[in-house]
Amino acid sequence: MSPIVTLLAQRISLGLLLLFLVSILIFVGTIILPGDVAQSILGQSATPEALANLRRDLGLNDPPLTRYIDWATGVLHGDLGTALTSGQDIAESLGSRFRNTLFLAFWAAIIAVPLAVFLGLLAVRYRDRWPDKLISAVTLASISLPEFLIGYLLMFFLGVKLRLFPSTAIGYRADADVFTRLEAIALPVAVLTLVVLAHMMRMTRAAILNVMQSAYIETAELKGLTTFRVIWKHAFPNSIAPIVNVVMLNLAYLVVGVVVVEVVFVYPGMGQYLVDHVSKRDVPVVQACGLIFAAVYIGLNMLADVISILANPRLRHPK
Amino acid sequence: MSDLLEMKNLKIGATVYPPDEAPHDIEIVKGVSFALEKGKVLGLIGESGAGKSTIGLASMGYGRGGVEITGGEVWINGRDVLKGGMKGLRALRGAEVTYVAQSAAAAFNPARKLMEQVTESTLQHGRCSRPEAEARAVELFAKLGLPNPETFGNRYPHQVSGGQLQRAMTAMALCPQPDLVVFDEPTTALDVTTQIDVLAAIKDAIRDTGVAALYITHDLAVVAQVSDHIMVLRHGEKVEYGTAEQIITAPREDYTRALVSVRQIDHPEKAPAEPVLTASNITARYAGTAFDVLKDVSVALSPGQTLAVVGESGSGKSTLARVITGLLPPSEGAIDFAGRTLSPALAGRSREDLRELQMIYQMADVAMNPRQTVGTIIGRPLEFYFGMTGKKKRDRVQELLDQIEMGEGFIDRYPAELSGGQKQRVCIARALAADPKLIICDEVTSALDPLVADGILKLLLDLQKKQNVAYLFITHDLATVRAIADSIAVMYQGKVVRYGPKSEVLAPPFDDYTDLLLSSVPEMKLGWLEDVLAHRKMESAGH
Repeated sequence: MSPIVTLLAQRISLGLLLLFLVSILIFVGTIILPGDVAQSILGQSATPEALANLRRDLGLNDPPLTRYIDWATGVLHGDLGTALTSGQDIAESLGSRFRNTLFLAFWAAIIAVPLAVFLGLLAVRYRDRWPDKLISAVTLASISLPEFLIGYLLMFFLGVKLRLFPSTAIGYRADADVFTRLEAIALPVAVLTLVVLAHMMRMTRAAILNVMQSAYIETAELKGLTTFRVIWKHAFPNSIAPIVNVVMLNLAYLVVGVVVVEVVFVYPGMGQYLVDHVSKRDVPVVQACGLIFAAVYIGLNMLADVISILANPRLRHPK
Repeated sequence: MSDLLEMKNLKIGATVYPPDEAPHDIEIVKGVSFALEKGKVLGLIGESGAGKSTIGLASMGYGRGGVEITGGEVWINGRDVLKGGMKGLRALRGAEVTYVAQSAAAAFNPARKLMEQVTESTLQHGRCSRPEAEARAVELFAKLGLPNPETFGNRYPHQVSGGQLQRAMTAMALCPQPDLVVFDEPTTALDVTTQIDVLAAIKDAIRDTGVAALYITHDLAVVAQVSDHIMVLRHGEKVEYGTAEQIITAPREDYTRALVSVRQIDHPEKAPAEPVLTASNITARYAGTAFDVLKDVSVALSPGQTLAVVGESGSGKSTLARVITGLLPPSEGAIDFAGRTLSPALAGRSREDLRELQMIYQMADVAMNPRQTVGTIIGRPLEFYFGMTGKKKRDRVQELLDQIEMGEGFIDRYPAELSGGQKQRVCIARALAADPKLIICDEVTSALDPLVADGILKLLLDLQKKQNVAYLFITHDLATVRAIADSIAVMYQGKVVRYGPKSEVLAPPFDDYTDLLLSSVPEMKLGWLEDVLAHRKMESAGH
């Protein structure tokens, strides 16, 4: 077997192992949390008999291992359990929420990633001159401001004052056509883009500048190539690995960390759903959300590893 | 005949930022003038810091790092390239003038195929169509003796050897059919047996294409083989300019004479005695590999003598040092040292074992902590092995500094304030501080200029005489070996192929490998390259 296949198989199995360990962690974590689900469902006035009955019905009296195995088997079959508070099937209600979150994250990524890489290249091209400084200053400012503040600022200026976009995503309907949906999420996408841009752009700049010290960059310059061709053809292909890693971290953030933005813009995504159910102590929902978030994180980082490996010519073309 | 390249009173400077001092400007090249005719080869020679690479790059209007051309004119094909702006320079670079770097391994982009890189400047400058450029590249690959020239370009840089990369870089420079190629130490990083072939390939390519060349090197014997004229540089100034023959046979300046007669240390061989170090039947491999880097290696070293371990890169000579120092426990074999058997692993060795066996490295820069003063660096072993402190330690450090001929005023300096040779001297003093019986010297002079290296070798011999310390001297440079060895072990592919006293190892009859190695060392005479190649051709025809 070629070394690259071995390496990829290794990475992927490590990712799966990690996901398994995280599932245990999530399960154990929610068990040792203080409080009692039955109590919070039935309220303070519940009789002890009613509490005991409900605990038995929910399977809370079984040993933890049995409960974990039941839960994990269910997850593997696509059954995330039933929400305690509403009695709805979690997979079903989570599914549409997750699709909404992915829709938002997808468009934010489509704009933010190429923009960040392009700005990074531009910053290298005009290093230490005004375009570089301007890009650095603006992106740094946008990452330093809390995202809810950026959200409200955009809402106020673009939504209320200029009336360019709807101020909230409250009009978002999953069954509407793409343009209507895009219009509804324009402001949240703008906020997310501003939040993740700086990190990716600065990493792109740093990774390329690092490569620009190499002897082969001098070779390229002595071939009489334009600076942009030197950066794009010679420096960029050698800095893909670090860039991809930070891009993937930010993509994961777009899926997992958008709670605040969803709440600010009243967007029916997964973050809001999670926050609602944490406050109601609805353990199965919290577990399901936790597992999905973990899977997204691990999956994207695994993808980053795979791309880094594939981008390395030494591994792709062994001697 | 008209001049292709003319430099008039070229001045090049840079701003330096020394520690604890205000930044100031220095002059690297102080007004150098010369001219080069079409189709001729000019050798630029000098120590590092002489400004030879800087002058070479200036012919392309390029300054490496913060280096700037501050004055003078550079004329190529009747144009002053310094007045053409960035656009004019881009049109010049990679088209009229091309560059061959010292380390082709670093100068090729690892992410792109060789063919893309070799034809890139030709295509970018619109000199011809892609199929034409590729056909030309294949032709050059063949001319430079690369294997499978048709498919060679489909490979990535890491898939071919260092010598092949250096040839590919020459092909890259010749592909756009330039008027001038700047060769910047193109064979310095190669093994001596590879160097001779690459040198011959470059020389043929220059002759066949009729291109003019600036050939930059610190090795006068090498430059004498390829140049029509030679310019000797020192401290950014021209010392001497003449035909290759005149420089080699009748140098006018003292400095040139010193360069010509370098490495002529006379060192009579000592008779072997009861050995201080015996390595018996050492076989070793690196963890996680299935390949023995050392195969059944046995050598012995007498007290106060020097054993030179010679071989190409990859022959296992540095691995032998790692085994002796305990950094790499061997899979078989034993090391006896000063009457006792050493533990194979470093962790099992006593402090006394460590003290008596010291090491000096090739790169003095990275073997010292840049944030410690010379006094702290040399004082550390005194403290560690002998518990010296305070004035006693400082006095002993000063004594050691006197021994390495550095004297007063160095004790409180930092490594960054020292020259390459001085740094290596400090490393020698640090090894001596432990009062060792054996010092392993791993390519200690390879990174130094010939004259500086000479000084270090003389110092080492002198110290050996006074302190009766033995050296295990690892090197790929046979001139060094001749100068200092008492016995020699020639290594090839992990085995010792020839071993004995210097007089026997360096005397015929030779085995094939030693013969190849010895005959590949450039000699300071014109026509040496042709003689050796003709001789080899005859021999292989005779077989």
